[in-house]
Amino acid sequence: MNFLFAVVIGILYAAGLYLVMRRNVAKLVLGLALLGHAANLLIFTVGGLSRDGAPIIPPGAERLAPPYADPVPQALVLTAIVIGFGVQAFVLVLVKRAYRETGTDDLDALRSTDS
Amino acid sequence: MRALVVLPVLVPLATAIVCLVLRRFRTAQRAASVGGAALLLVVAAALLVRVDTAGIQVLQVGGWPAPYGISLVADLLAAIMVLLTGVTGLAVAVYSLGSIDAAREAHGYHPLFHVLLMGVSMAFLTGDLFNLYVAFEVMLMASFVLLALGGEPAQLEGAVKYVTLNLLSSAIFLAAVGVLYGVAGTLNLADLALVVQRGTAPGLFTTLACLFLVVFGIKAAVFPLFFWLPASYHTPPVAVSAVFAGLLTKVGVYALVRAFTLVFTGDPALTHGLILAIAVLTMVTGVLGAAAQFEFRRVLSFHIVSQIGYMVLGLGFFTPLALAGTVFYLIHHIVVKTNLFLMGGIVERLGGTFELGSLGGLYRSRPGLALLFLVPALSLAGIPPLSGFWGKLILVKAGLDAGHYVATGVALAVSLLTLFSMTKLWNEAFWKEPPEGSAVATARVPWTLLGPVVALAAVTVAVGLGAGPVFDLSSRAAAQLADPSQYVRAVLGAQARP
Repeated sequence: MNFLFAVVIGILYAAGLYLVMRRNVAKLVLGLALLGHAANLLIFTVGGLSRDGAPIIPPGAERLAPPYADPVPQALVLTAIVIGFGVQAFVLVLVKRAYRETGTDDLDALRSTDS
Repeated sequence: MRALVVLPVLVPLATAIVCLVLRRFRTAQRAASVGGAALLLVVAAALLVRVDTAGIQVLQVGGWPAPYGISLVADLLAAIMVLLTGVTGLAVAVYSLGSIDAAREAHGYHPLFHVLLMGVSMAFLTGDLFNLYVAFEVMLMASFVLLALGGEPAQLEGAVKYVTLNLLSSAIFLAAVGVLYGVAGTLNLADLALVVQRGTAPGLFTTLACLFLVVFGIKAAVFPLFFWLPASYHTPPVAVSAVFAGLLTKVGVYALVRAFTLVFTGDPALTHGLILAIAVLTMVTGVLGAAAQFEFRRVLSFHIVSQIGYMVLGLGFFTPLALAGTVFYLIHHIVVKTNLFLMGGIVERLGGTFELGSLGGLYRSRPGLALLFLVPALSLAGIPPLSGFWGKLILVKAGLDAGHYVATGVALAVSLLTLFSMTKLWNEAFWKEPPEGSAVATARVPWTLLGPVVALAAVTVAVGLGAGPVFDLSSRAAAQLADPSQYVRAVLGAQARP
């Protein structure tokens, strides 16, 4: 299972980086989204993949009986997904406005603010 | 009074909410914005006094003990940075009154400004790496919108570059945090310090250290990750540029200092050697980039990069004196750089442009302003007795003590080139004859623009003349950084062992 996840994460990173390096702004946005997903999946995997065992102490028991899943990576991923959603929504609007104002979707043409 | 630690986060949040509610009432909104910024300054000053007299202050949010909950930690460095946030915040909040147009104000300039301050304060105060990520995102989100607010083509273009590089950095940050959790099983900075002292997986930690170096390096705009900064910082209104220039990259420097004094100290020969090389290259490329520019704000943007090199240099030397130099330099730089951008705004108001070629002759009409400009400009270049001189003196002394002669020599050469740049700005804007056909500067400069500039210049002079007490404070902050066990004990309790 870990191996499968590692391969999927690798593909997501490769695809994300490839898209980020394209000249088209729309592909840039998709690339950034994929990189975010890759990072989320990485946290999830590195935190330990395990089935069964919710980390909730059953009534009457004093402590958690292993095996149980670590809830922290899931909390991290949940937070990161929410933040990523907000940021991507903003980026989409920004790119659309930038396209309308500058009249181009070619990143190589956006060099008037470069030095 | 443990709540004092969280107040620098709560005050800007409350101010942002109040500003948002009052957004239809311009005068009330402006009053709330300035009032909130002033309150933040007061709270920050109280926090610094408290930390300096009573030691490191810790608040376990929600009463969950560390390392399970989120800790807010104010050591001297964090408290100093929060105070500088308060100073910059108040100066720019007042300056905004006279320089931000009504349309931007109606579309949420003031709430966004305070959300930005909240993110910055939270980044300084957090004792948890994931919380630092969240603080970065809060800060970035506010900065994205502030940068694009107004929707001019140049702004949007600059914003696309700024947003892309920062999102890339956030994605790497997130991945690095995830892997670090997988390796160490904790994200509490104090707890991480213990894990490192135990010697768990040193190779993996060094790899992670390099990932974090990239992440914080992009935020701090060090060589070779700085290109987004000069491509975007000159596009928004001056008040926004000024608060970005003063605070945002410095959050990156702070994160570098925090991470590489507290957590990633396992292999200093590699990590801090790398930081030293980066620092030298950052100083040189920044100052050379500035020499080629002829637009007021672009010159200053490249100087941010160059000055970041000095701050990171102290971290690269990694001796208590050098860390004190870094802290002193942060104090000096945030005030001076904000002030230079604000001055640039006044020059633009008078001369009608930021292009140095079309400016000139302002000394004749505004001799007082011309002299005022020299205070931060010469301080940036390191002319005694202004604050920049002492910052550089401490770093040079630390460099020579540690035997880094090349890096120290480069730092001195770069400060000469900085003087060249600042002289160029002064000559072009104030001293030379105005170009043919340019209008005589007759615009009145309102007190809302002049007040912050004069106040920040006064702070620069005060830091320069009172360098002794400020250096003592920086040394105490550096002593805490050099001895992470104080931080660990404050967060985890006295019985914490590696």
